[in-house]
Amino acid sequence: MTEIKDTSASPGPDQTGAPAGPTAGIATDAAAVESAAGVGAGSDVVPARRRFETLYFALRNAKVVGGLSVLLLFVLFGAIGPLFTDFGPRQRQVGPRNGAPNAENWLGTTSLGQDVFTQMAYGVRASFYVGIGAALVAGLIGMLIGFVAGYRGGLIDELLMAFTNIVLVLPVFVVLIVLNAYLGQRSLWIQALVIGVFSWPWVARAVRAQTFSLRNRDFVDLARLSGVGTLNIIRREIAPNMASYLVMVFVLLFAGAVLLAVLLDFIGFGPRDSVSLGWMLDQARQNSAIIYGFWWWFIPPGAAITAITGAAYITNVGLDEVFNPKLREM
Amino acid sequence: MGRYFGRKALIYALTLIAAVTLNWLLPRFMPGDPISQMVARGASTRDPAAIERLRAYYESLFGLDVPLWQQYLNYWGRLAQWPPDLGISTWSFPSSVTGLVLGAAPYTLGLLLPAVLLSWYVGNKLGAMAARRKALDNSVLPLSYILTATPYVWLAILMFWAGGVVLGIFPVGRGYSGNLIPAFTWRFISDLLWHWFLPFLSLFLVALGGWAIGMRNLVIYELESDYSNYLSALGAPPRLIRKYAFRNAMLPQITGLALQLGVIIAGNVATELVFNYPGLGLLIVNAINSRDFFLLQGIFLFVVMGVLLLNFIIDIVYVWLDPRTRTGMQGAAA
Repeated sequence: MTEIKDTSASPGPDQTGAPAGPTAGIATDAAAVESAAGVGAGSDVVPARRRFETLYFALRNAKVVGGLSVLLLFVLFGAIGPLFTDFGPRQRQVGPRNGAPNAENWLGTTSLGQDVFTQMAYGVRASFYVGIGAALVAGLIGMLIGFVAGYRGGLIDELLMAFTNIVLVLPVFVVLIVLNAYLGQRSLWIQALVIGVFSWPWVARAVRAQTFSLRNRDFVDLARLSGVGTLNIIRREIAPNMASYLVMVFVLLFAGAVLLAVLLDFIGFGPRDSVSLGWMLDQARQNSAIIYGFWWWFIPPGAAITAITGAAYITNVGLDEVFNPKLREM
Repeated sequence: MGRYFGRKALIYALTLIAAVTLNWLLPRFMPGDPISQMVARGASTRDPAAIERLRAYYESLFGLDVPLWQQYLNYWGRLAQWPPDLGISTWSFPSSVTGLVLGAAPYTLGLLLPAVLLSWYVGNKLGAMAARRKALDNSVLPLSYILTATPYVWLAILMFWAGGVVLGIFPVGRGYSGNLIPAFTWRFISDLLWHWFLPFLSLFLVALGGWAIGMRNLVIYELESDYSNYLSALGAPPRLIRKYAFRNAMLPQITGLALQLGVIIAGNVATELVFNYPGLGLLIVNAINSRDFFLLQGIFLFVVMGVLLLNFIIDIVYVWLDPRTRTGMQGAAA
């Protein structure tokens, strides 16, 4: 019980308002591992059927279908949106200055006569790059530390968790600001890497708690008795049983990274040669678009971010219901 | 209990050491040599001798003319005195960094503390009410998801635009009107509150959504647990069961409060920038734009210490609320 209480709060409130987490925390800690580990250890036929079952419930879950549709829509927009415009995202004088939306510039133009629609398409693309990149980095670090700490236990566990707690207490955003100020680098990939490197602590704690409860199961003991190495046990016996949870962790990390990137770009760490949604908001503020009421310049980027992160959260809740039969409302 | 506090205190001490060490390391080992940048910015002459003197001045200011280990000890020494010596700001020369930080801190605390505490309180109440009440849940939950997915920046921009520009009823920018002098008068205080309201509201609303969702889910989880079922089998009134569920659901939310601090601080920086509100967030942006590394690092240390202090307070509250930590059983893990 103490283990469950431990993680329950951590998955959620980590980053930019992700307390969608407590669901993920409680529900999965208690039940998903039970169902995944307990039922999955049956015969050979079962896993294939269960996978089919998961897909079946996923497609019947309105939250998963709705959330994923919105995300897919934005992926498409980022992927093929640039094909619908003849302009570069930073190309100036492609329309009137501060022009309202019209047939030529669908979302209007900025003070430099740049096309807002074009910037949106490239900006959404940048958000996905950073979100996915940072989620991969943070997920990898968090899983590695969580698995090793939870599986090995003892002194290694103590040390790794002390390290995790230190990074957890540090105010991420301020650390990122200081790092960025010194790095002076403004590429999307560096940004993804830096965000990822400081977003993993809650993942490590959650993964550790789950590994803890899995490591003394019979099938893990059996693998250990057969002389399988630690890394292989983690990879082949423990990780698959947490696959559903890790998918949800990835979704939450993605949403958190997107929001953090927007904040960083907004306070002046935006990309230098490309565009991002946070950079657009920064430009709008610097050019007093808000005071003059050029709503087409600052409403679309924020709405897009809200839709993307909101869809990610909703998908996460839906996935929770799919993976965890107790939560299904049929 | 001693063990619990001991572990916590150890983690916080290590965090502080890590933060100070990071602060000390960064200017020395990062690419982009801040001293060269400051020399390039500060030099109004091209005379190599003068530039060399300027460089020597900055190096002695940083204390770079002694061995590394001694620099590190000196750094701690300067922090340990009161008021701590964080250097001189180059952005607002010759003000001391400590002075600038202490001048801006009240504005930030005045925004953050009410926003954090009120959103936590109202969000928890709202979430607990929504749990297992279909009609309320169907409105509170979607709204909370929208709020929590909204970037702090954007809500601040929308508030600024709607309240300050379209409706025109709120002042936009600054902590108080330019024609007033800070004084303990009704006119000044009402003006201060008037400027404070919109930034506060936007911070409050975004944070509110997250707490409501968290509490709703926790209460549902508690209502389905064995003790709730047992109580209802005994015929206890639903009110009583909900009360117990709420109490138990509070504990993770208190831990969550500590974890959420970093996030709302991030939101606060952006919000202050949107409203041009004269707190630490605006100061940090000014420090970045003028590449004032002394100021930047001073704020960093101040924020880290503030977060550690708040974490510690939350720990004390936790011990007070959760008897398991007092009797030596492990309630909250470190």
